[in-house]
Amino acid sequence: MKPLPDARLNRRKRTDRAFRVLALASAAAVLLSLVIILGAILWKSLPALSLSMLTRTPKGGFYLGKEGGILNAIVGSLELAIGATAIAFLLSLPLVLYLNVYKGRASKTAVWTRFFLDVLWGVPSIVYGAFGFIVMLALGLRASLLAGMLTVALLEFPIMSRAIDEVMRLVPRELKEASASLGATRFETAVKVLVRQSAPGILTGVLLAFGRGVGDAASVLFTAGFTDRVPGGLLDPAATLPLAIFFQLGTPFPEVRERAYASAAILTLIILVISLAGRALGRKATRHVVK
Amino acid sequence: MRLIRDVLARRGMGAVTTLPGLLVLLVVVGLFLKSRAILAVEPLSRLLFSSAWHPLKGEFGLLPFISGTVWVTVTALVLALPVSILAAIYLSEYAPRWIREAAKPVIDLLAGLPSVVYGVWGVLIVVPFVGGVLAPACGVVSSGYSILAGGIVLAIMTFPTIIHVTLEVFATIPGALRDASLSLGATKWETTRRVVLRKGAQGILAASVLGFSRAFGETMAVLMVVGNVPAVPRSLFDPGYPLPALIANNYGEMMSVPRYDAALMLASLVLMLIVLFFNVLARWILVRVERRTR
Repeated sequence: MKPLPDARLNRRKRTDRAFRVLALASAAAVLLSLVIILGAILWKSLPALSLSMLTRTPKGGFYLGKEGGILNAIVGSLELAIGATAIAFLLSLPLVLYLNVYKGRASKTAVWTRFFLDVLWGVPSIVYGAFGFIVMLALGLRASLLAGMLTVALLEFPIMSRAIDEVMRLVPRELKEASASLGATRFETAVKVLVRQSAPGILTGVLLAFGRGVGDAASVLFTAGFTDRVPGGLLDPAATLPLAIFFQLGTPFPEVRERAYASAAILTLIILVISLAGRALGRKATRHVVK
Repeated sequence: MRLIRDVLARRGMGAVTTLPGLLVLLVVVGLFLKSRAILAVEPLSRLLFSSAWHPLKGEFGLLPFISGTVWVTVTALVLALPVSILAAIYLSEYAPRWIREAAKPVIDLLAGLPSVVYGVWGVLIVVPFVGGVLAPACGVVSSGYSILAGGIVLAIMTFPTIIHVTLEVFATIPGALRDASLSLGATKWETTRRVVLRKGAQGILAASVLGFSRAFGETMAVLMVVGNVPAVPRSLFDPGYPLPALIANNYGEMMSVPRYDAALMLASLVLMLIVLFFNVLARWILVRVERRTR
């Protein structure tokens, strides 16, 4: 008469199975949330999605439900993000090269710089917005494409630097040593060896930051302004897609709200394309990579 | 000539490298300078712990906003932590390799979606769900624009951060430890609980802190679903008004009311300092984890 051990074993097995199911359910829930988000937005956007959304700027009374599209916001967002990404790239690349060529892995400079980059990564975009606003006033700028670019560049800079840094750390030391033994200066090694070797990763990092730049709203709220026209120059105010969505959703008119869903779908598609392009290019741009 | 170029490049790049540290400092100092106008007239304790928010009368109590932020963030974490940790356990301990590989792009995509898109989705699905299903089920009347709606949207936004870091932590735990536990007759779950979770505890803590600081500063998505009523919330179904939403909503009028801009800059400074604190905390924990596993 010894039913006890068996009962205990069975209980342990049941617990095991229960948690297995629970863990699986959690993973499925995470996956499902993405499906639901994409599904709901695409589904709701279908009635309002049309070509004129993409090709026209808002006409008078657009936010009351009249004619027009969101071309101004699409172009504004892309221009802003391209400019910001370019600025961020010009700062990130030298920084990462410096850390990886001139400084050792565990040097104080490298450790601290990476720490500060992580802190910057965690800074909420609304704080960048407020800070950008202060800087903008200090420089005597108005809310404009340029001010927006600078603010978004601040936001993108840590993201891009960390992403590029992660791949450049993986470049084998032998490659650097081989380059040095051939008489190359460290700068030449940096440009001709490290950059080429990590080109796919650099591209992925740049596109990652670009995607963030396109999608961010809080940082451009104070700094980029908003307008119904396609920005003509750096000092003009620029509309952005996320803000256009936000403003459209804020109106009480159902037609305009529907357009907000359509705009959100367009933004989602842009982000999807960028993210997929990042993956594909990251795999492809390996022409100069020594394996 | 080449050497000169090398030296120039070195100097230039070195200068750029000081930028991150400088930027952190500049943001803190800049926000502080701009909020001095209000710090000079009102004591800090009154600004932070008074719930009287009447900008026109010159009363700037940030308590409703601070408590709104805390409510939303805590709700989000309570919802997000168990789900994302269990999901990470599934992906690292149970799932076959191909599922793990396939899950990575999904998580990346979830992390990459703009917050406005989350906000639109929240307005579309979560707000009606909270207002029409959850609130009546609990016997409460709510418009749906509530702390809970904000918490749900934020929870989904923090999934990728927590899962990503937790997965990395689990990957550092040697497989031999798991094998040893299994060979002693422990079930898979017992191994996970007694070995993986115990070994990874600090790392999970760090992941949570990172998720927390992510959720804390999130602006647009929360702003769109949380209701934005400047009062200290009493229940999950009450509307709230987190700090980032306050800053974002009032940028237009802040120049016309005296000291309003300074109050908003103070709100930004509070956000920045809290995020800074939690980042330092998370880093400190992760560094300890790394040191131990080496």
